[in-house]
Amino acid sequence: MERLRRAMMFLPASNPGMLRDAYIYGADSIMFDLEDSVSLKEKDTSRFLVYQAVKTLDYGDTETVVRINSLDAGGRDDIQAMVRAGIDVIRLPKTETAQDIIEIEEIIEEVERQCGREVGSTKMMAAIESAVGVLNAVDIAKASDRLIGIALGAEDYVTNLHTKRSPEGQELYFARSMILHAARAAGIAALDTVYSDVNNEEGLRKEVEIIKQLGFDGKSVINPRQIPIVNDVFTPTEAEIENAKNVIHAIEEAKAKGSGVIALNGKMIDKPIVQRAKRVLMLAEAANLYRKGEV
Amino acid sequence: MVRNKIGREIPERYAKQYGVFEGAWARKPNYKRAAAKVSTIYPGESKLLSSIREAIEKTGLKDGMTISFHHHFREGDYVMNLVMDEIDKMGVKNLSIAPSSIANIHEPLIDYIKKGVVTNITSSGLRDKLGSEISKGLMENPVVIRSHGGRARAIESGDIHIDVAFLGAPSSDEYGNANGSHGNAICGSLGYARIDAKYADKVVIITDNLVPYPNTPISIPQTDVDYIVVIDSIGDPNGIAKGATRFTKNPKELLIAKYANQVIVNSPYFKDGFSFQTGSGGSALAVARYLKEDMIKKNVKASFALGGITQQMVELLDEGLVEKLLDVQSFDREAGQSIKENENHYEIDAAMYASPASKSPVVSKLDVVILSALELDTDFNVNVIVGSDGMIRGASGGHSDTAAASKMSIIVTPLIRGRISTILDKVNTVVTPGESVDVVVTEVGICINPLRQDLIEHFKDLPIPQYTIQELKNKAYEIAGTPDPIEYDDKIVALIEYRDGSLIDVVRKVKE
Repeated sequence: MERLRRAMMFLPASNPGMLRDAYIYGADSIMFDLEDSVSLKEKDTSRFLVYQAVKTLDYGDTETVVRINSLDAGGRDDIQAMVRAGIDVIRLPKTETAQDIIEIEEIIEEVERQCGREVGSTKMMAAIESAVGVLNAVDIAKASDRLIGIALGAEDYVTNLHTKRSPEGQELYFARSMILHAARAAGIAALDTVYSDVNNEEGLRKEVEIIKQLGFDGKSVINPRQIPIVNDVFTPTEAEIENAKNVIHAIEEAKAKGSGVIALNGKMIDKPIVQRAKRVLMLAEAANLYRKGEV
Repeated sequence: MVRNKIGREIPERYAKQYGVFEGAWARKPNYKRAAAKVSTIYPGESKLLSSIREAIEKTGLKDGMTISFHHHFREGDYVMNLVMDEIDKMGVKNLSIAPSSIANIHEPLIDYIKKGVVTNITSSGLRDKLGSEISKGLMENPVVIRSHGGRARAIESGDIHIDVAFLGAPSSDEYGNANGSHGNAICGSLGYARIDAKYADKVVIITDNLVPYPNTPISIPQTDVDYIVVIDSIGDPNGIAKGATRFTKNPKELLIAKYANQVIVNSPYFKDGFSFQTGSGGSALAVARYLKEDMIKKNVKASFALGGITQQMVELLDEGLVEKLLDVQSFDREAGQSIKENENHYEIDAAMYASPASKSPVVSKLDVVILSALELDTDFNVNVIVGSDGMIRGASGGHSDTAAASKMSIIVTPLIRGRISTILDKVNTVVTPGESVDVVVTEVGICINPLRQDLIEHFKDLPIPQYTIQELKNKAYEIAGTPDPIEYDDKIVALIEYRDGSLIDVVRKVKE
């Protein structure tokens, strides 16, 4: 089933308190970072911590994601531990080609077989953080059935472009559009990059409004305080919810009558409208503005 | 051993002396209030003395007497240490001290106890070093822990008889008219001290700011004061606000505050004219901010806010969201300033605040109170006095007073502190009985006391995860493990008096 990925919260895997509390802040996904936010000497202990956390703690409906190190820097050990722990998603950093995905997938499959997990049960996502990666986005997005989404990692990307991030974000439009199109072509989620200025709530809100309008599913966050803002922007308005309920009501009524053509207020309801209505209701439900089945 | 209503074992001799806890509303006394001895002062006689030493001599302080102090300066208080130092030099022994509370700055008490200058203590709380020394058996006689309302009751009823009260005052005139809102080191309300002034046989005002007669406003009136001593400095105004957080950025505290606010705003009590009290901790202060937003959004104004008053409450008053502040203790400089400038910020004494044996305290008009906890158990009993290591380190404060009398008491606490579960099968020490606790708010969700079926029904659609207290405990135990119980000796180091004077619990010496 499709799931929401409005806010994906990054947290350094080296911090046990954060690992313990990560699920309480309302992020749809939490991403334990074994890569850039963990110092070299803490890599092993952090891997162990995440392994124990995922095995022991109840993260409820929250999707658990782990960002692994590159294969030449401990990534293989990361995969071994994370697949065995039963992590939902393994996220690859700095993905540049479809081959990057395939290599990792082979290792994941090998570990799944070794430990008796269902092959294919460990999902993947890829972070695209360079010009090459952006240009290869379509191939990357289609590289594996395990992929649930691709994400833009803007900090490395803008450096690669010889620019820096601006409040308006013009420098990211091409990458965002590429990644979004690639994700949609592959039928997976598109996730936007982090907003680093934790204390600038207005700036974050503006950026989330932009990426939501572009079509992104959600955004990476680096502090729990950013989550309510992201979720709020993705929360549909009362009118949108009302309209979505009417659409669902109309198709249910039509189904009951065995009628093929469905109309609401004189307008025909086609598949995209139904899809949109379903997503609106999912978002409304997540914001406690709607209860499943209530039309 | 006698088991009280909540199953706590109280040694026979103390049970006989105090009676044991039989329920929050088991005692409704008719009694005659105690009264102070008075030595009249004639026109022309001076009350001004030259030193603390002279004051101690003039009051006739002798071995075995009871003296008191107030804790309005909190960590900034110089008065208790200065007076105790002088008493020690004079060789007075075997004193009982009855301050409204004791802070870390009063650590020198440890020496006075060792020397036999102090042999009995009653207080709202004890902080880190003194608390642990006492928990290790420093004193022969147990400390009596009393709530703010319970202390006022004990003084009014004569359970505590104060021979001499040494009361620091930020301003006083030569006849002893004193207040806390004018001067160099302001502390705002003198609410606790006012009870001491009224009931102590001898009252000494110690000030660093002698002003021309008559000094107004009058918190402590000249009719209650025997002597005035002027010293260089009575306290550090910055110490008053120490420990009270400005505004937390800790996401977990914010989340707890957000949940607590949702509970308040969606409760049956949130309507025009409601009343509330919050503490000064991180989450409690944050609740005030969220509450403010909702009061504006929903156009609801409060009739009063009570208690320890903070800057956050002052802002609500200034913005017209709260009609009045009733202030027994000011937690920061802004609150102290406001009491001086705003007539709707009103000083009340401790008996009016919370004494269960007064002719109705303000807590009886309180709708909602936000309280913290060191530990909470599956019977909803709350411990705010003893740490999870068994050492006394907290204070009873107004916890049991407000929890009992308010219409809805909310305990805000993280599920786990450090590596230890906050919710347990049995708390180390009970200060507030479970029957007074209505809603528990943690970062994972809330829990409503089954005694409040009305609230359970009312909150059934509240979009916050809800658990039973057992479920919350299990959640914590799954993460932190089952804690080993603290091992205690038989020796009793503290008696926990309930606000009505009965014993709700005792604290035993920690086994070393």
